[in-house]
Parts: sequence; C-alpha cells; structure tokens
Amino acid sequence: MTPVSAELDRRFRDAAASEHLLDVAYDLVDTPIGELLVATTDRGLCRIAYDAEPEQEAERLARAFGVRVLRSTRPIDPARRQLDEYFSGNRHRFDLAVDLALQADFHRRVLRELARVPYGEVVTYGELAARAARPRAARAVGTVMNRNPLPIVLPCHRVIGASGKLVGYGGGLERKETLLRLEGALL
Amino acid sequence: MTLPPFERFYDEHKEEIYAFLVRRLGRDRAEDAYQETFLRALRAYPKLRHGEHLRAWAYTIASRIAIDEHRRPRADADLPELASLDGRPAFAQLEHLADQLPPTERAAVVLRYGYDLDYADIGAALGSNATAARQAASAGIRRLRRKEGQ
Repeated sequence: MTPVSAELDRRFRDAAASEHLLDVAYDLVDTPIGELLVATTDRGLCRIAYDAEPEQEAERLARAFGVRVLRSTRPIDPARRQLDEYFSGNRHRFDLAVDLALQADFHRRVLRELARVPYGEVVTYGELAARAARPRAARAVGTVMNRNPLPIVLPCHRVIGASGKLVGYGGGLERKETLLRLEGALL
Repeated sequence: MTLPPFERFYDEHKEEIYAFLVRRLGRDRAEDAYQETFLRALRAYPKLRHGEHLRAWAYTIASRIAIDEHRRPRADADLPELASLDGRPAFAQLEHLADQLPPTERAAVVLRYGYDLDYADIGAALGSNATAARQAASAGIRRLRRKEGQ
C-alpha cells in the first residue's frame, strides 16, 4: 500500500485553508517555554494552549467554533513567525488579529485592556479592573486572566498581585517568570 | 455518536481512501482525486447530522470522484463509459432507490451496483469484510425486491 505522501497531505491541508473551508486551523509551534497549540479562525487567533493534547483540544475547538477543525500550517505561519521574533527579543508588540467573538462582554473588555499593557511593564489585577471600568472587580479580572484564550499574545503574564507577587499563571508560574524576565520586567 | 472534528475523520480515513483511489485510478490520477475527495467531504461535513457510517460516506464520495475522473477525456487513454440508464448515471438512480434501506445495506448496494466496487473494498468501507459486505448487499437487494412487489 502506498502511503499518503507528506507533500500530498500538506497540499490538501493548504487547499482546505486557502479555500476558506475551515472553522478552525491549528498547528503546534515550538517555543523556548514548550510547545504551543495555536489556533485561528478566519477572523483571527482564537486559541493558544500550553501542554495541549491536540486531539482533546481539537474536540474543544470543534464544540466552540464548528466541526471543520483541521491541522494546517500555513494559516498559523504569521503567528509562528511573530512568536519566534518575540522569543528572540526582536518583537515587542504582536500584530495579529484576534477572534474574541465567543467571549462574554466583560471578558472581552478586560482582554482588550490587557492587550494595551506594554511590553516589559506590569499591572496589578486591580489596576486592570479599573482600566476596564470595573475598579472593584480585581478578583473577576483574575478569573479572566486564568481563562485567557490567547496567553503571550494577550499578555496576562504582565498582570501581578498588589503586593508585587506573581500570584498565578495558566501555564504555570515558572513560565510567567520566564516571560517577564525575557521582557526585562524581572531581574 | 457526535460528529468528530474533521481532523479526526481525515486522519482516520486518509490512508485507505488514498489506497482505494490508487487502485481505481493509478497513482498519478489518484492524487488529484484524493484532494478533491477530501475537499468535497469538508464542504459537506457540517451538514452531517451524526458521526455514524463516516467510512462508507468517505468511500461513496471517493467512488463518485473516481467515476468522474474516469469520464474525463484524457489524451493518453481511452476509458470505457460506465453503464447508465436514460442518460443518468447508474449510481444516481440507485442512491435514490436505496434511500429506504437500513444504512449498511444501503451503502453495500450503492457501492456494489452503483459504483461497481468489489466486495473487499465495500467490506473496508463498512468496517467489516468481503463476506459481510456480500451478505449486506444481497439482503439489501432482497429487501428492494420485496418493496417492489408490494
């Protein structure tokens, strides 16, 4: 039996994406802090996951965005390139469309504010709550950070406790520390 | 059974569908047919109501495309036309007729008599074997005859 060549497989995956037949395209991206599963819809990035089990993540994406979920390299290439640049210290801002359509209003508002926190700076949960016009919602902002669908690109690692403690991170505190150190926000 | 993400459907069926197309069309033409099969499957996928009989569904699409490929005029080969009734291809008529059959029998009848697959391929499409495929096809034909007699 002749197996499907890598070339033929790639050609199908490219064509599926370029004909806009996919609800979600995803791929795995290697970074210094581990492999990321990065997913995008036609509107923009919709998921970055640490330590993902691709099959389970594909199921979750299918439930949220539609069943036409396919691993495809090309739609993820811009994100891959910008993540590479970020990790090599050559990029301080991501220039990528994001798809937050499925987020609740409050989450979306907080995530939009989060996107404005500059490289190398940190903000407390309370400050971010205030910027999202909900000054007393520090705890709720913590929940939004915890469920951030796009870590790194939406920089929840730049949000810390009022005492200066790092507090928590969806990908584990070690990664939060590494990212802040990379950005020069921690010595 | 809920419909799995397309990735899983594709990953589970791509090798056997490709092997099937290579057997039907030869390696050169199988590549285009492969791409077309899965693009067509992808277009129709969200309209499926459940995740059952996906393999038979994939074979049905691949068979239809293999037939289209055969019909396409080629400079270097003369391929015989498949039998058709009243100008309509045999599989189109059969698919309609066989609509009332249980899914396994329907798939076996359509793939055998509509697409001219052999029982080994039909067995593969149904996730069973040649013997079971032959039984399903004859059970389907008997059922169609009974319905006709009614």
